[in-house]
Amino acid sequence: MSISTPPKLERAQAVVPRRSAMKWLLDAGLRRNLGLILALVLLCALGVLTAGDRFADSNNLMTILRLAAVTGVVSIGATFVITIAGIDLSVGAILALAAVWATTLSGQAFAESTSWIFMPLTAMLIGAAAGLLNGILIAYGKVVSFITTLAMMAAARGLAEIISDKKTQLITVDGFLQAVGGEVFGIPVIVVIFVVVAVAGWVLLNRTTFGRRTFAIGGNPEAARLAGIKVQRHTALVYTLAGLCAGIGAFMLMARTTTGSATHGTGLELDVIAAVVIGGTLLSGGRGSIFGTVLGVLIFSALTNIFTLNNLSLSVQLVAKGAIIVIAVLIQRQLAIRQSRT
Amino acid sequence: MSISTRRPRRILGAATLLAASALVLSSCVSNSPQPSSEGSATGNVPAAGSNTEEGPKVTIGFSVPAADHGFMAAMTDLAVETAAEYPDVELKVAEGTNDVSVQISQVETMINDQVDAIVLLPFDGAALTQVAQKAMDAGIPVINVDREFSTAQSSRVTVLGDNYGVGVSAGDFICAELDGKKDAKIGEIPGIDSLPLTQERSQGFKDALAKCGMEVSNRVAAEFTVESGERAASNLLQAAPELDAIWNHDDDQGVGVLAAIKAADRDEFFMVGNGGSANMMREIQSGDSVVKATTVYPAYQAADGVRIARLVAQDRALGDLLDIEVPREIVLYAAVVTAENVEKYLPTAFES
Repeated sequence: MSISTPPKLERAQAVVPRRSAMKWLLDAGLRRNLGLILALVLLCALGVLTAGDRFADSNNLMTILRLAAVTGVVSIGATFVITIAGIDLSVGAILALAAVWATTLSGQAFAESTSWIFMPLTAMLIGAAAGLLNGILIAYGKVVSFITTLAMMAAARGLAEIISDKKTQLITVDGFLQAVGGEVFGIPVIVVIFVVVAVAGWVLLNRTTFGRRTFAIGGNPEAARLAGIKVQRHTALVYTLAGLCAGIGAFMLMARTTTGSATHGTGLELDVIAAVVIGGTLLSGGRGSIFGTVLGVLIFSALTNIFTLNNLSLSVQLVAKGAIIVIAVLIQRQLAIRQSRT
Repeated sequence: MSISTRRPRRILGAATLLAASALVLSSCVSNSPQPSSEGSATGNVPAAGSNTEEGPKVTIGFSVPAADHGFMAAMTDLAVETAAEYPDVELKVAEGTNDVSVQISQVETMINDQVDAIVLLPFDGAALTQVAQKAMDAGIPVINVDREFSTAQSSRVTVLGDNYGVGVSAGDFICAELDGKKDAKIGEIPGIDSLPLTQERSQGFKDALAKCGMEVSNRVAAEFTVESGERAASNLLQAAPELDAIWNHDDDQGVGVLAAIKAADRDEFFMVGNGGSANMMREIQSGDSVVKATTVYPAYQAADGVRIARLVAQDRALGDLLDIEVPREIVLYAAVVTAENVEKYLPTAFES
């Protein structure tokens, strides 16, 4: 909720970055996510109240983080896309394609004989390439992002099914499973990757020219163009970034499930959009919060966990999820109105 | 109103067109297969052991849901392979779909094409009942596979896996293994919870456990995919710090369930699968896995459906039975595969 900065001011900052303004933004970062932090704290309190030690157990907290990690990483990329007022419906399908491509028999044989690192590299490369294709079509082909990524969603999923022959590809490369599926100092590697990607995403969005351009294009692409930003190139890069994040998510999911499958990431795009939106990134562009997105992902992951600990069905969870999305957006609107008055 | 009067006419038009083209087509091909089918005219006389003999050439329409996971893909592949084994069968395979209206139109097309029999594995049994009835009314026998129509009359033969039965088999196995253990903690990971087949499986499981005084303590639904299985199992293992047994409804999602169990480093319980994938059977065979058994929900149902469709279309009977017709309903047995008999079942298993 970067609500306290009117869009005009933000664009001004995009062109003339000032040190003090940056510091002010950081303070606002915590303040504007207060609602979400409160929601997460309340949710945790609910978890402790209803499930006691089983919730407040370090293993359980790691489970919540582990299950949030893949959605989280993909959501970081999506935050950039939504900040430039775009949408990416293809991230789930790209993730499936990258996972399948990286786990083919020949790919695994190659990784076995050289290094396991080629599996995550392949996944990231495929993800970035699919994202770049999205970006080129949207930026230079002038096709609306909704349509482009809808087409990619169908095509990438289809290609994943063709490559895998609709079979689940088991991963036999132990090096990969141990490295990405393992732990460092008791923390699962995929959680570490999530943290690294989140921090990198925050720095990229809030501390670099790339980030300022992203905000500027989202706020007003015409003004950004007049300010000398190469809007088309930047747009293509943002979608490439989203694809890359889907590729990173792909190899994380490969380690989590020990497989590559064309069914991976089914429905992921909507979970991602939900997390980004309740995190305070505006679908209309110009405002985006990495911190908010991370909180959004954690809220949904904690919600599923608490419901499961209490043996409640998936259907009840879906109702609660819907309610949370609406309440979060309503609260944001109220805060926005109040802050714009002051 | 204008729509309702216009549509039948259009369909009628399409039907005449298709019928005409079918006529042209059949008159083209009728010359070559005719002699051979006359040669084996015994096709009309049912006799044990004669079923593999070539009969009159038949065209069988085949429509299934999208092969979007291992089990459904195996169903489709096995059916297509089976049809290829018979020179007298031409299988017309419609593109697998999870869209009920698309599947209905596929069956309508088959009726217009005047195929000799239809093997139909509906995405939703109830939704496809009406169009199946339409085929039956048009004199085309429908073989209903796996997911039942709402009325039995809408199909000539129903070939089913035993959903209630696999639940009972899994429950009985767990009862026997735990042998009257007090307060046993039992987890259940079903597939898509809104499907009738899932509800039947869970009911069978519950009833079988009740017989030995046990009940499911934790139940988390997945969605038949590896990813959903991993997610459901991760949360379930946290919800239940101590478990005695888990029944997982689907061997495809079972791969994800196993990954979650390994990640949580748990082995105080045993797991029973369902489906009968080669992966799970190899786990059982290895002896050092938490997977101790899997119940068989055969992936060759659709293949058997094709074989039966061939017999029905050629007016033959099932061998070894006195009945001169093919039976109305065939329910495949929900066997339990364990380390003792895994050798026997492994060749019938599907690669997920």
